[in-house]
Amino acid sequence: MKKTYKIDVDCANCANKMEEAARKTEGVKDAVVNFMALKMNVEFEEGQDPHKVMEEVYKNCKKVEDDCIIYIK
Amino acid sequence: MQALIINILLGFVVVLALGLLIWSLNSSSNMTKKQLKVLWRIFLAAAMLLILELIPASFFAPLDNVFEGLSFIVVLILYLIDYLIIGYDILLKAFKGIKNGQVFDECFLMAVATLGALALALYDRSGDYTEAIAVMLFYQIGEWFQSYAVGKSRRNISELMDIRPDYANVLREDKISRVDPDEVQIGEIIVVNPGEKVPIDGKVIEGESTLNTSALTGESLPRDIVVGDEITSGCINMTGVLKIQTTKEFGESTVSKILDLVENAGSRKSKSEDFISKFARIYTPAVCISALLLALIPPLFNLLFLHAPADWHIWVYRALTFLVISCPCALVISIPLSFFAGIGGAGKAGILIKGSNYLETLSKTEIVMFDKTGTLTQGVFVVSDIHHNIMEKEKLLEYAALVESSSSHPISKSLIKAYGKEIDQKRVSDIKELSGNGVIAKVDGLEVAAGNDKLMAKLGIEHIECHSVGTIIHMAIDGKYAGHIVIADVLKANAEKAIAALKKAGIKKTVMLTGDRKNVAEKVAADLKIDEVYSELMPSDKVAKVEEFMEKKSARAKLAFVGDGINDAPVLRRADIGIAMGAMGSDAAIEAADVVLMDDDPLKIAKAVNISRKCLRIVYQNIVFAIGIKLICLILGMLGIANMWLAIFADVGVMVIAVLNAIRALFVDKL
Repeated sequence: MKKTYKIDVDCANCANKMEEAARKTEGVKDAVVNFMALKMNVEFEEGQDPHKVMEEVYKNCKKVEDDCIIYIK
Repeated sequence: MQALIINILLGFVVVLALGLLIWSLNSSSNMTKKQLKVLWRIFLAAAMLLILELIPASFFAPLDNVFEGLSFIVVLILYLIDYLIIGYDILLKAFKGIKNGQVFDECFLMAVATLGALALALYDRSGDYTEAIAVMLFYQIGEWFQSYAVGKSRRNISELMDIRPDYANVLREDKISRVDPDEVQIGEIIVVNPGEKVPIDGKVIEGESTLNTSALTGESLPRDIVVGDEITSGCINMTGVLKIQTTKEFGESTVSKILDLVENAGSRKSKSEDFISKFARIYTPAVCISALLLALIPPLFNLLFLHAPADWHIWVYRALTFLVISCPCALVISIPLSFFAGIGGAGKAGILIKGSNYLETLSKTEIVMFDKTGTLTQGVFVVSDIHHNIMEKEKLLEYAALVESSSSHPISKSLIKAYGKEIDQKRVSDIKELSGNGVIAKVDGLEVAAGNDKLMAKLGIEHIECHSVGTIIHMAIDGKYAGHIVIADVLKANAEKAIAALKKAGIKKTVMLTGDRKNVAEKVAADLKIDEVYSELMPSDKVAKVEEFMEKKSARAKLAFVGDGINDAPVLRRADIGIAMGAMGSDAAIEAADVVLMDDDPLKIAKAVNISRKCLRIVYQNIVFAIGIKLICLILGMLGIANMWLAIFADVGVMVIAVLNAIRALFVDKL
């Protein structure tokens, strides 16, 4: 399953780091951060609850870039 | 001398920041709160630093009368306050970074570099704290500029794509109510007032007006629309009130598809972007490790082998200079920004590119293959003649129209149009569409076949060859040959120019593939000066031809296929780059394609190629320039020629230039 989330982050390198952090999160098959559109496309692994996974993703992103926001609905 | 330059520079920063602050009161500046706050801090820090620089040392001297060294402490505290004004958030982020184990965080590196410089100044008792503060100051200026430039171009581009309708006026039970476009069902009637966007695809059932399609097609000429016309969502209704019967749901409408396409454009990253993110991942750690080695090895070498003084502070200073250059920001921002601007600029010209990887591939295109119908020709077929008919022409045309009534092929449409009367679907049954051959169906109980000579051959019906140039529809009724209908297509106005423009853009080979007959195809190809032409192809033959060309060409050269019809979808997917004609093309083709030309103008193919080349040129310039300057600075820093001042200027300067260069990709009018 794929979902798109709106994000807020200041610099392009931070966006790269978020992408890296999101990819390493458990339950995430692939993640792409589009800095210019301020969007994160996440592909979840089968049978994962996107909301729970996204909370982990958010935590991990906060670790690499404190100044980021992911709008998880 | 250096002090003078520094003071002039600081003065310049103060004036500039003040100017920007005044400008920010103007609503068009669109500065975010965060940007405004940083701008204030830049202004305050620069002003304070300038004042501290201008105050002569003797001013604080009387303080030493209170007790020895008080003036030193007071000056230090004042500088530290200034340092904190400009750098407190960086220090805070650096601290959080360490807590989370992010050693190579650029905030952390900036903090180490500047705190290190302060410590060295204390150690040397030089009182030169300016450098550390200036590094922080210019770093912040760079970040501010980047944030503003990116925000600005982001807004510019989303304004270009401002086609999302917010509501639809739906007519229900004689009352007009304003609802979310999502809630409108297929077949409902919507009302579009002048000045409003058409929210959903449909058919005009009342009223006439002119439409502004520029947001979709880049075409500034308004388009007239009358009752019975199909209307595309995303256009702006300019003059009259229109009543539209919707033919699609909002989610399936043109406007949603385009928005979806644009919003997801960035998720397909180009090789250059991947390269840069990988580079950034190694660059920072590599520079940091070199900095550490630079701080340790030469002094130890001096001590142990040369028995010379270690000169620790010289080498530590050089290492700190390294850290200042360690941020890969200029690169990391300018590459996606270039692609974003390129895609945005193309969008403005009515060319939708689905991702930066396609922009990259497009720039390497050497072979362009075309479908004929609807791509190079208007696809508006006109029945030009009817020969060898065994019955009245009108009767033959009626049979033809009935047989083809359920097909969406442009030829079928032209037959239906030529017939001109209402079609009674009940008269037609057992429709069999033979892709690439024609249609067989039962009309009024008679078996009617309409198609090309292959169909006739298949049915074992002898047919009469036609000598007119055009598409020939042979008709057989009840197993007997009944004559043929000649349908001619008209070339698009810009078709010839389009081929010439492609040649000029350096496309090595143009090829036309068509299911049409040989003589028609060759005449079109000769008129347009197309290099090679393959005619009478079935859809599967087209794929085979494209594959054949893909094998023959070199790996670097890319092959683009331009098409529109449903049967082009597999070919569009197979080619390196699939370009679909948007407004007229089928949904399947638009989905399969990587580039969509909104206004069907073949001249845009060359424009798209030129846009992609310009964008890639900018990308390469930025990569070479940014990496080059950084390497030079690293070498100069290692040799002790570049100090921190130069390092931060190089860093911020490269970023500013790279960002400005990237924005250039947005301007595509003259391509």
